[in-house]
Amino acid sequence: MGTVNTMAAGSRGPEAAADARSFAARLRNGDEIVHLITLVFAAGVCLIVCLLVFELYRNSSVPRHQFGWDFFVSRTWDPVFDNFGALPFIYGTVVTSALSLLLAIPLGVGGAIFLAEFAQPRLSDLLTFIVELLAAVPSVIFGLLGIFVVVPIMRTTVDPILQKFFGYLPLFSGPIYGVGFLTAGVVLAIMIVPYILSVSREVLLAVPPDQREAALSLGATRWESTWQVVVPYAKTGILGSIFLALARALGETMAVTMVIGNDPKISSSLLAPGYTIAAVIANEFTEATGKLYLQSLIELGLVLFIITVILNGLARLLILATTQRGSIRS
Amino acid sequence: MSLRMARRKMVNLLMFTGTGVCAVVSVLALCFILGYLLWNGGHYLSWSFLTKLPTPVGQPGGGMANAIVGSGKILLIAAVTGIPVGLLAGVYLAEFGGNTMTFMVRYAADLLNGVPSIVTGIFAYTLVVVPFHEFSAVAGGLALGIMMIPIVMRSTEDFLRAVPGTLLEGALAIGASRWRGIATVVVPAAFRGIATGILLSMARVAGETAPLLFTSFNNRYWATGWMQPTASLPVMIFTYAISPYDDWQRQAWAAGFVLLMLVLLINICARALLLRGHPTGR
Amino acid sequence: MNKLLKTYMPTLLLVGFVVVALVSVTRPSSTAPAPSPTRALIMAPAPPSPPNVLLNAAGATFPYPIYSKWFDVYHRLHPDVEINYQSIGSGGGIQQLKAGTVDFGASDMPLNDKLLSTFHFKIIHFPTVLGAVMPTYNIPGLTQTLNFTPQALAGIYLGQIVKWNDPAIAKSNAGVSLPGNNIVVVHRSDGSGTTFVWTDYLSKVSPEWKSRVGSNTSVNWPVGLGGKGNEGVAGLVKETPYSIGYVELIYALQTHLPYGTVQNSSGHFIKASLATVTAAASGAAAKMQNDVRVSITNAPGANAYPICSFTYLLIPAHIADATKREIIKGFLHWMLTDGQKYTEPLAYASLPKAVVAIEMKHISEIN
Repeated sequence: MGTVNTMAAGSRGPEAAADARSFAARLRNGDEIVHLITLVFAAGVCLIVCLLVFELYRNSSVPRHQFGWDFFVSRTWDPVFDNFGALPFIYGTVVTSALSLLLAIPLGVGGAIFLAEFAQPRLSDLLTFIVELLAAVPSVIFGLLGIFVVVPIMRTTVDPILQKFFGYLPLFSGPIYGVGFLTAGVVLAIMIVPYILSVSREVLLAVPPDQREAALSLGATRWESTWQVVVPYAKTGILGSIFLALARALGETMAVTMVIGNDPKISSSLLAPGYTIAAVIANEFTEATGKLYLQSLIELGLVLFIITVILNGLARLLILATTQRGSIRS
Repeated sequence: MSLRMARRKMVNLLMFTGTGVCAVVSVLALCFILGYLLWNGGHYLSWSFLTKLPTPVGQPGGGMANAIVGSGKILLIAAVTGIPVGLLAGVYLAEFGGNTMTFMVRYAADLLNGVPSIVTGIFAYTLVVVPFHEFSAVAGGLALGIMMIPIVMRSTEDFLRAVPGTLLEGALAIGASRWRGIATVVVPAAFRGIATGILLSMARVAGETAPLLFTSFNNRYWATGWMQPTASLPVMIFTYAISPYDDWQRQAWAAGFVLLMLVLLINICARALLLRGHPTGR
Repeated sequence: MNKLLKTYMPTLLLVGFVVVALVSVTRPSSTAPAPSPTRALIMAPAPPSPPNVLLNAAGATFPYPIYSKWFDVYHRLHPDVEINYQSIGSGGGIQQLKAGTVDFGASDMPLNDKLLSTFHFKIIHFPTVLGAVMPTYNIPGLTQTLNFTPQALAGIYLGQIVKWNDPAIAKSNAGVSLPGNNIVVVHRSDGSGTTFVWTDYLSKVSPEWKSRVGSNTSVNWPVGLGGKGNEGVAGLVKETPYSIGYVELIYALQTHLPYGTVQNSSGHFIKASLATVTAAASGAAAKMQNDVRVSITNAPGANAYPICSFTYLLIPAHIADATKREIIKGFLHWMLTDGQKYTEPLAYASLPKAVVAIEMKHISEIN
């Protein structure tokens, strides 16, 4: 990290010299033109985001006026009587994402600790490479495996076992479909583990070695030094990786719509079918008849956008906080 | 005391195994996915799958030649729209940026990076499909291109910043103008890294399905132009996977196999490119 | 400049090569000087032909098998005409036609006047075939055909009948050992004409359904899983034991799913077939003289299957592009005459003669 900073500083050095030359000279050399061209493209990035928000906002005016804030608390999604509410979709999105985090955090953080602290560097690099490939697998392929592998396993094995032992809880009551919140959570968890794992490992590796050495020299075991010194040090960074993974889980569309059951209901059972914001847009966007229906879907898209923007911001802040602390101390 | 020590050793060993299991499970997940797809997809992959058009619904046979080419076309448009913007914006951030502007562009790119792909699809729909009254490869490519911008931009910026400042100073010292120094010395020095970023971003969007559902749509025939509905592999996988026909489901596996191989291949190439540029690795 | 060129030449060459390769692959063979190898392999003897005309259509999944067959055969007869039909659901057909992204739409639900008024152009309905929607189920181990009363179907879809051995189902299936498993209800997740036919029928037989749910291309379902398209529902039923869904006849036949009989208005349990669907439509032709938009669910007649429907192509009355207009008119003419003989192998009933005569008149109204 330190070396990168000095390099960046080095490349800024000539800038001062360049400024000293006259504007006309720079224009003749083409510097100003190139500066301008790149500036236009950079501004283009900002423009695209503004345009995106503007289009979503403009195209969702009808339901905003008609339903107002009720849109977020209404449980009906009724195209016959033109009555639309976002609550079942928000609920489904939150529940599936939370479930996936519950499953993925131990797996991802545990794996990251192993790869960063216990494994030999060569083995660690190899395994990380494989995990990062897992992150590249397209989501529709997870959906494909979800339909033909995960759903049958959930229906015939996992769900009945859960119901047998925990059936008295409302969480695992009701009929078994195979598809539903839990299945979507499992598939999402498989998808986000690589993100948590590779980013957390990165953060753990960034913890200065003297922290570990100090703990070890005081007689701590490897695990004690990891758990009591390294992990707390990297805590915020790991949290950041979790937020990033959460943002992905919230916006995931294809894998979820293929295994969640597509039913806009709020039910306490995790075995019941549900629906998420992204899935309802994918299913109904091309076929929504009527302005109100279509724009309600776009408003859902806007809601999803806002949620992920907030989470992304939090994640970046947290990661920035840890990496900066690491570089200052080193 | 020794009992306590033994307990601590036990915990150490236990956690070593526990976290090891976590890592192995994550790795096994990929091996399973790869293996299952290889077994199923490779099994159903055939010459006619790669060269024929889809059959009418319910009739066995046929293939996805148009979807394979269609995916290529959509990716090409994505590359043409996404790479220049990402690249030049990255150059701006690394070489020219002032404080406020840099912050704004970075923040915008972060936002763009976080936009769920389905929302990008809505955006491309309102921007291209609605005004032109036509689903098209261009609309799909634009949606994917927008998704590529932040990835290309950030990697370009990072790798340009990693180029030692002395290189540019050297170029300036022999009388080159600043922009020629950047174009002929700094960018080529960071070329491998930038190319890796571009390849990774392409691999990332190649498998995207959600934004294509209502932008490039689908087509049973060859799309002859760029402003026509265009079949693509991910959308075909989705359509065929949820269908009740055994033959279509088999073709979905084969298509999944082709898509996954493509994405992994690009990924591995990209990483190999980077490793060769930095022999020490990371 | 030299240095610049030298630095970037390999990249430019590579990009250029990829662009040229892709463009040449996707160009029709007539315009490319030499057909590229891939293209030559696929369309071995490609005769020089006028540039292909691609028409885009989208809509109902209910007639998708027959439409897909028709457009395929028509493409063979007229190699320069490609009709790309995407089965995104009737709701989708209506919406995309309105948005102008397709050349024509398809729907099982005839557009009512309120919906028509939202279009800024006139639309002509062309009934194409008759189809039946039947309850299909997946009960492992069951070999007999189940009989469904209207009350049983409404009860199941209202979520009031939750077990397969409920008396309401058992009563009409004497001698069948029904399992005590929960019923997994499957319905459509997209805007669907099949849903319209199904809910239109349930509204006619169950007052509670009519007031609580109503009929449309998509409704607020009291219970159940959502599947995308007839294909999706059939797929879901096939993958899910103890499920029930509703699909067009051909989807059950092609996927070997069992389907039940339904009690009609005269009290008989009728199995969906060409004869029973045709019987349901027998009274319709007279009504269609003025307006082809009729509902034939719960039709009278001892042998009439109660849940069936015409399905429609929605053609704009005015088509500006003369080439496309002539192609559409030519296709409609072919569909109403020669095309009808492809319906029976796919288990759709062909149109009554009187209806064909009405539609022939409508073709000339397209300009």
